[in-house]
Amino acid sequence: MPEIKVTPLGAGQDVGRSCILVSIGGKNIMLDCGMHMGYNDDRRFPDFSYITQNGRLTEFLDCVIISHFHLDHCGALPFMSEMVGYDGPIYMTHPTKAICPILLEDFRKITVDKKGETNFFTSQMIKDCMKKVVPLNLHQTVQVDDELEIKAYYAGHVLGAAMVQIKVGSESVVYTGDYNMTPDRHLGAAWIDKCRPDMLITESTYATTIRDSKRCRERDFLKKVHESIERGGKVLIPVFALGRAQELCILLETFWERMNLKAPIYFSTGLTEKANHYYKLFITWTNQKIRKTFVQRNMFEFKHIKPFDRSFIDNPGPMVVFATPGMLHAGLSLQIFKKWAGNEKNMVIMPGYCVQGTIGHKILNGQRKLEMEGRSTLEVKMQVEYMSFSAHADAKGIMQLIRMAEPRNVLLVHGEAAKMGFLKGKIEQEFSIDCYMPANGETVSVTTNPSVPVDISLNLLKREMALGGPLPDPKKPRTMHGTLIMKENSLKLVSSEQALKELGLNEHQLRFTCRVQLQDPHSDPDTLHRIYTHLKSVLKGYTIQHLPDGTVMVESIVIKVSSSAEDTNTKVLLLSWSYQDEELGSFLSTLLKKGLPAGIC
Amino acid sequence: MAAHLKKRVYEEFSHSKVVQIPQEEAPAKKLRLSKPSKSAALHIDLCKATNSTDALQYLLQFARKPVEVESVEGVVRILLEHYYKETDNSVRLKIASLLSLLSKTQGFIPDCIVDDAINTLTNEKSHQVLAQLLDTLLVIGTQLPESPTVRQRLIEVACKHLSDTYFGVRNKCLQLLGCLGTVDTPLSKDSEGPSTSIAPGAVRDVQSIISDYFGDQESRVRTAALKAMLQLHERGMKIHQIIYEQACRLLSDDYEQVRSAAVQMVWVLSHLYSESIVPIPSSNEEIRLVDDAFGKISHMVSDGSWMVRVQAAKTLGLMTQVSPQFLEQTLDKKLMSDLRRKRTAHERAKELFASGEFSSGRKWADDAPKERLDSNTVALIASGACGAFVHGLEDEMFEVRIAAVDALCQLARSSTSFAEKCLDFLVDMFNDEIEEVRLQSIHVLRQISTHITLREDQLDTVLAVLEDKSRDIREALHELLCFTNVSTKECIQLALLELLKNLNKYPTDRNSVWKCLKFMGSRHPTLVLPLVSELLSTHPYFDTPEPDMDDPAYIAVLVLVFNAAKSCPTMPALFSDHTFRHYAYLRDSLSHLVPPLRLPGRKQIYGLDSVDSGGGSGSVESAQLFLVQSLNRVSTIQNLEAPGAQDLLDFTIRDLQRLGELQTELVGAAEFCATYLRCQLLLMKALQDKLWNMAVPLCLKQNVTATAAAQQILEETYKLEFLYSGLENRQVATIHHVRLQAKALQLILTARTRQGLDPLISSCEKFLLDVESFQRLFLTELPHLQDSFVDKLLELMPRLSSCKPAELVKILQTTLRQSGLLQLKLPDQIHRATATIIEPTGESDNPLRFTSGLVVALDIDATLEHVQDPQTSVKVQVLYPDGQSHVIHPKPGDFRRPGPDRHRLITQVYLSHTAWTEPSQIEVRLLLAYSSSCTSFSSSAAKQGLERQHRRHPTTRGRRGGNDSVQQASQIASDLPQHSKHTT
Repeated sequence: MPEIKVTPLGAGQDVGRSCILVSIGGKNIMLDCGMHMGYNDDRRFPDFSYITQNGRLTEFLDCVIISHFHLDHCGALPFMSEMVGYDGPIYMTHPTKAICPILLEDFRKITVDKKGETNFFTSQMIKDCMKKVVPLNLHQTVQVDDELEIKAYYAGHVLGAAMVQIKVGSESVVYTGDYNMTPDRHLGAAWIDKCRPDMLITESTYATTIRDSKRCRERDFLKKVHESIERGGKVLIPVFALGRAQELCILLETFWERMNLKAPIYFSTGLTEKANHYYKLFITWTNQKIRKTFVQRNMFEFKHIKPFDRSFIDNPGPMVVFATPGMLHAGLSLQIFKKWAGNEKNMVIMPGYCVQGTIGHKILNGQRKLEMEGRSTLEVKMQVEYMSFSAHADAKGIMQLIRMAEPRNVLLVHGEAAKMGFLKGKIEQEFSIDCYMPANGETVSVTTNPSVPVDISLNLLKREMALGGPLPDPKKPRTMHGTLIMKENSLKLVSSEQALKELGLNEHQLRFTCRVQLQDPHSDPDTLHRIYTHLKSVLKGYTIQHLPDGTVMVESIVIKVSSSAEDTNTKVLLLSWSYQDEELGSFLSTLLKKGLPAGIC
Repeated sequence: MAAHLKKRVYEEFSHSKVVQIPQEEAPAKKLRLSKPSKSAALHIDLCKATNSTDALQYLLQFARKPVEVESVEGVVRILLEHYYKETDNSVRLKIASLLSLLSKTQGFIPDCIVDDAINTLTNEKSHQVLAQLLDTLLVIGTQLPESPTVRQRLIEVACKHLSDTYFGVRNKCLQLLGCLGTVDTPLSKDSEGPSTSIAPGAVRDVQSIISDYFGDQESRVRTAALKAMLQLHERGMKIHQIIYEQACRLLSDDYEQVRSAAVQMVWVLSHLYSESIVPIPSSNEEIRLVDDAFGKISHMVSDGSWMVRVQAAKTLGLMTQVSPQFLEQTLDKKLMSDLRRKRTAHERAKELFASGEFSSGRKWADDAPKERLDSNTVALIASGACGAFVHGLEDEMFEVRIAAVDALCQLARSSTSFAEKCLDFLVDMFNDEIEEVRLQSIHVLRQISTHITLREDQLDTVLAVLEDKSRDIREALHELLCFTNVSTKECIQLALLELLKNLNKYPTDRNSVWKCLKFMGSRHPTLVLPLVSELLSTHPYFDTPEPDMDDPAYIAVLVLVFNAAKSCPTMPALFSDHTFRHYAYLRDSLSHLVPPLRLPGRKQIYGLDSVDSGGGSGSVESAQLFLVQSLNRVSTIQNLEAPGAQDLLDFTIRDLQRLGELQTELVGAAEFCATYLRCQLLLMKALQDKLWNMAVPLCLKQNVTATAAAQQILEETYKLEFLYSGLENRQVATIHHVRLQAKALQLILTARTRQGLDPLISSCEKFLLDVESFQRLFLTELPHLQDSFVDKLLELMPRLSSCKPAELVKILQTTLRQSGLLQLKLPDQIHRATATIIEPTGESDNPLRFTSGLVVALDIDATLEHVQDPQTSVKVQVLYPDGQSHVIHPKPGDFRRPGPDRHRLITQVYLSHTAWTEPSQIEVRLLLAYSSSCTSFSSSAAKQGLERQHRRHPTTRGRRGGNDSVQQASQIASDLPQHSKHTT
């Protein structure tokens, strides 16, 4: 039986360095190629040696698909393509293609220039890698080769995020990447049609969460920010340059405008400015409101939000600062955090998920004393708030997507093992389909039941239709006679005559004959007539003929009568039928063996 | 037959004159042809056509012109004849579509072509043409709803073609069945093709035939089947409950149209069988069908297609019979337990919620898995109704959100506990990103606000919206605050503070804010009481400075306090002296905002006020009684010439007018009656003896007054008819009756004064037409008009139509004078349309200036009450000082609907004029357009405007020499008293 094999190299029972290998119908596809935020050593990238020990990956992979531009989904791409070696096509959507290199370059700068790492990919490598990228449009079916085709669906989450359907013949796999089932201030909700894939590979970051209404969260967030500002405190919101940042900016911007607040809002420069530029460009990927109003005013042209300068850190008075990165593990956000942590008037709002090992994760778990580099400790007095703004689907959202796509199997990635287990149970119970949650390096294989297409000759079909009425009834299967011809790579169903003709064979007739002895005092023709009337009364709806040559025909079955030599009362009936009429023939023989009823003249 | 027809057609074509031809079908029918018949022309054209393209062209041209009723049948026969000859599919298709078009002709009864149309079906091979022909039959069938034989035949035809392979044909057949089929008469289906699997002779009804196609392989056919079933329901057929299960299955169809139709179907069935019990699959428990359906439709709110989501959200709002525990689930996503089992479900859910199996996402790490409860009790999906509205309200498409808000409103109105629960969600919607949604949710909150009391934090969120830039939002919010109950005095203070802030920020909101405070004060007198000294900044020992009386904020506070004081007699004791003075001033200048108060020691001064308050809302019943009594008294006048009759009418009119002034609830009814009686009085005066007994030349003067009276009566009747809402057919008949009398009077006067017969003949004809149309319009009301003018007139009608004008006039004169007063019966609710122009005020000190030849925009803000369909009927008229005027049609979008029977017109009109030098005034009027449908003599509907109220608006412009400089000039402003309405 054909199989679909899925092996996560990263993101198996884990969040970070998403990289999933799929073999389907003899094709090998790599889904995402990310890095892990929590590590600074080799564990940062997926283990490509799983695919091949030495040499390039090109011959082992048919294509690579990147779902969106977050580094945990594309961070290892230049390493894989340039340093390990891959020359095949890399597919991503237009916004991803535009924004991805900026993020990679930023990532490279931090690791190489700041931390002084060597043996890392260079700017040139990023450029070379991006040259291999083939852009995708939403709902556009792209033929990778003759058999493999892929199609992108809108996934929400961040600008340009896509879910991909991979299809070989009638087997298919859907990979969701990260997605969001509730729309937010700048993006719409994920959507997929009822494509009924054999396997749905879905993220499960929030497997055990069912979020409150988005509006509650927004209100809470605004209230917290507002109160802190009124107290004269400073608010730090660590975000990643793209994604949540833009949503929260729009939220605060509109709130500031409505409430007429004067406190400054800052946004760390550099990356964000570039990113906002792309947000202004790819307006078609945003939500209904922004798409409808951009003619009057592009929502991403902020009025109240100004670029941040490092010197502003020590400015007195209230302010709101969006700073990167989002998990407080490095960069500006960490720097600001260190400065502000000591004052209880200040506040840090973590708007999203934090990977284990980051400072964000520590403070959210209530740690108040942090060990910093250089063995110093930092006491955290500022308020720490968590607000789940991260644009991942919650448990109900995941269930909703499964219901939308109606897959035959579900595979969970991109989540914590314990939570996955909980969701796995729910899915199995709710939809009664199989659900898998492999760890990294573990392979899951699912047997599929692909339908085999067979050509059927039109003549045969028409003939069958004439026999059985004009409308095929999809609910009732119908049997038909025909000959299946397997020639080269194609299957054909034709009528037996045509098959014989094609093969150059003669048709052989197969007939069964049988004798039945009958006690009947009448003469032969009379007996025949009695048989005729008897059959006529029994077999209604069949054509029964009394032929002048002393035979009775029931459909194609011939019945003859002859007296036996010894006893004229014993009549011998000859029945003859072809093998197609086996059923009727045997019925007749048993019927006649019982003898004729008395009352027939 | 065909040959005969052709011959006839040729005859018609060559003779263009009146011919009379006996016909087989209707031998006595007359055909009047004044120009070559259409049918003839068509036939010639079609015969000329050499190929199908030409024929198609001719048919297309033919279709552009209307066909008169008389020749429809002829045309149809020509078309059919050509149809049989035609080989090209597209031409046949066009012919078929023409047939359906022709069958729709007004006045044509298509029963004569049913057979032919059915015959065409038998030999048709093309599926498209077949579908079109069935469509034609559908049109014919709907035109002939009364004929059971035609219906039966058409249903048979439909059943026969149901097995067609082309989906369009099946669609049309199902449509036919839906439109014509009946459930109670079973159909025999024996004569069908060999395809059907049903044994011959089986008897099946339309419903089960249609439901067979719920499982069709073509999605469009499935949709059509569902639609046909809905159509059956609409026609009053009883749908069986078995359909429910099938419809539920279609809810998970692959195609959105099918799902959308299935949602409707399920809803219909849940209405029909709301109380029947259905089992829950995979358990042995049972629930009410309406609850089951509610759960299933709630599910559809998270459907993949937004059309279905809108449909589902809308439908939810209509399911008010659902049990409360299901209703409340729609607001909580986290109640994840399988709530479909009724008994212990609720407690189980609470446990689950408390145990925190699912995190809310508002606290970090509360989603760490704890020890698991029995996992069988948790079902993410099957919980049905769970959180349907939470999903709907945060949907991506604002259409869905609006539908969800509306549905919330409808459900909340029928359930108080639900209203309280959904409050938080509605308040949250005030922060929606789309203004329409915000506005809608504010409106909805107002509609359910009678059920609820706002808490402080909710009020806080609500009030935050007061700073919104959009005027509509702010005004909607003011409207909402008028109707809201709040719980504490802090709330009042908060609301006042925010309203004052709002007033400061947007001074144009003045009126709206004041009105809002008026209601807030009168709603919460006890809450305002402890705040009074603070609000008025009085002090027990010291005199505080007197606040500025012109400050809108101070007025706002006073409005709040005075309205609260109305039902709180202890409050005035807290007022300081200047407050009393300000009261007197405000009571005078803003009497609609400041109620009459019983102030200690000032009773004699405000004597009138106390009378007013004495006749307050408690005495509506007595006023109503008085109204009815007055009318009864008038009805005793049988003879118009009885002495004192006129006096009685005079007094009654006066009484009614005064009653209207005193009793605002009854102003519409009182004025309506008064106007009606005035008409009668005028008529009575005009018909006085003296006038008619004298010779014509001797009473010219009286003639003039009588003519004027007739004219006035006519005008008044138009006002009666179009200015008041809530009239029933009977009143309209009465009004028309008076109008007819006035017309008769006019006719008589014309006959008396004018010489010459010709004008008289035409006006007599007009009058008779009027009488006829009256009879036609008010056939059902005629029994109520016993002994009236019309009644007598109709008796004499045969004589009238044949007699000479002079005779007619004589008859009219006697009937008119003999007929008695027609008793007016008051409808339950009657309101007069009124309009108040808020902007421009006419008091402005700054004249508008404009440059000659260019335009200047003038903002107009007006409130319309009890105006039906203002989008089409209300116009703005601008009257320039030189008598020039023009009428402006406001855009439909300029009308807002803040409340029932109220409209708000906010628009801009452009003024433009040639040069003038002095500042002068421009009048702006609101007109109510109407068309008098009964005036058969004027081809286009006559439009007349009723001026409601006009204000002068000062406008100046200056021009010196050749340059277009603007000259500063003083302005004249004088607010005119409200004019009585008069037709323009």
